[in-house]
Amino acid sequence: MAFLNNLISGISLGSVYAIIALGYTMVYGIAKMLNFAHGDVIMVGAYVSFCTTSYLDLPPLLSIVLAVLVCTALGVVIERLAYKPLREAASLAVLITAIGVSYFLQNAALLLWTANPKSFTSVVGNGSISLFDGGLIVSHITLATVAACIVIMVALTLFTSKTKMGTAMRAVSEDKGAAQLMGINVNTTISVTFAIGSALAAVAGVLLCSAYPLLVPTTGSMPGIKAFTAAVFGGIGSIPGALVGGLMLGIIEIMSRAYISMQLSDAIVFAVLIVVLLVKPDGLLGKRRNEKV
Amino acid sequence: MAMLEVTQLGISFGGLRAVDSLTMHIEKGALAGLIGPNGAGKTTVFNMLTGVYRPTDGGIRLDGENLIGKAPHDICKLGVARTFQNIRLFSKLSVLDNVKTALHNEIGYTLAESLLHLGSYRKKEREMDARALDILKVFGLDGKSRFIAANLPYGQQRKLEIARALATNPKLLLLDEPAAGMNPQETGELMETIQLVREKYGVTVLLIEHDMKLVAGICEYLYVLNFGRELAQGTPAEVLNDPEVVTAYLGE
Repeated sequence: MAFLNNLISGISLGSVYAIIALGYTMVYGIAKMLNFAHGDVIMVGAYVSFCTTSYLDLPPLLSIVLAVLVCTALGVVIERLAYKPLREAASLAVLITAIGVSYFLQNAALLLWTANPKSFTSVVGNGSISLFDGGLIVSHITLATVAACIVIMVALTLFTSKTKMGTAMRAVSEDKGAAQLMGINVNTTISVTFAIGSALAAVAGVLLCSAYPLLVPTTGSMPGIKAFTAAVFGGIGSIPGALVGGLMLGIIEIMSRAYISMQLSDAIVFAVLIVVLLVKPDGLLGKRRNEKV
Repeated sequence: MAMLEVTQLGISFGGLRAVDSLTMHIEKGALAGLIGPNGAGKTTVFNMLTGVYRPTDGGIRLDGENLIGKAPHDICKLGVARTFQNIRLFSKLSVLDNVKTALHNEIGYTLAESLLHLGSYRKKEREMDARALDILKVFGLDGKSRFIAANLPYGQQRKLEIARALATNPKLLLLDEPAAGMNPQETGELMETIQLVREKYGVTVLLIEHDMKLVAGICEYLYVLNFGRELAQGTPAEVLNDPEVVTAYLGE
């Protein structure tokens, strides 16, 4: 039973990673850049939700909507101001800019909300369902997280495969030059990608802090790095890859915490990543690119 | 005034003058060719016409409208579409989706419509599918609409690229070496397709080609480039018998 409880915790944590990983993977797929500030957008989302519920007494659902709106706007603004001017620059310049944006967001949060940890109240309450006479306990937040992850995955898959904007995204991801010559506005497509990624980050932030309620300005950075790892693990640029990578990472992390060592769990997670990349350099679901000689 | 007016067009890359004072007048409905030895600057001209490169000097007007300084996707909206020398399909997308990407500006629905899954979204998606299939039918590709583009044979990939360009509803269609890598039979089919497309869609065609049989067979007017400069222009019969053109191609 303990194993099953751990597995459920792993799936719950993994679902959060998967939602965050989607943001990394979509932005990478389309803009071919690693947005290291993505993790800090999660933190902003969580703070917005915290402020609106604790200071303004708004209902949790409305606070999520507000967090999503703020983060969407934030993502689009970050892209416009920081990344768009570097569209033709070397990828290293963009990467360093992303790290800069990340520190900027963390320090802005430090100024606004100070370093004192805020105690986040779960958006779905602290209730839980117990099964098998209390042998198996599933908290409401776990259920909400897994449900949110499933809904987001299905919606995003449909969006990219069935809509005009989704088709345009896939076209831009393959060949930006050809896409714009077919009349696709590449800048708009990239903005929409950032908007979607950041909206998902807000949802992830609220879910994450509902499960792990300590909120500080660096809350987003570790989950951000882990979710990035998950995206690489599953094959960066692939939407199902983000799901598989996120879930595996969450389960491995919780299992190593439970059965191997609390302190070593992160080390084990990254060790597994290294092994996977040695065997499959493009990640679990990544497509191998054959260079023509 | 001609539909496409190119005046004194030139571009430099650092010290290299890739194209210099090129002037072209292409009438509506014409089928013109741009020929010249390798490295003459032909594809560079296409890149300037489509907004990929910004010319250093000179002017480009399509139906009187200035194209210089406009973004590629805006030039596409104004009615210039192209294919590529080395095929640049969206190879992981289906044949149908490749054409649908190009219908982007033609049939619009907003992001909100698709997110909310309104009836108008379904209607417009169906409309796009129907339009795309119509175009594919002209190229005999309608039976393969669900195939992944990368899995088509080479000749059909070339056709699909033309189909995709046509889907943007262009006034001017630029074909960059459409017959490259084709055998004589495929080239023959391609010539028929180009003629058919021109009649059916009323597009003006400017093509770059090395296959002289194709050029002489379908082009009505030719511009010859050599080292970025115009060497000759005129009907195929005039140009291909011009001693200077022959020298440029074959050497002294």
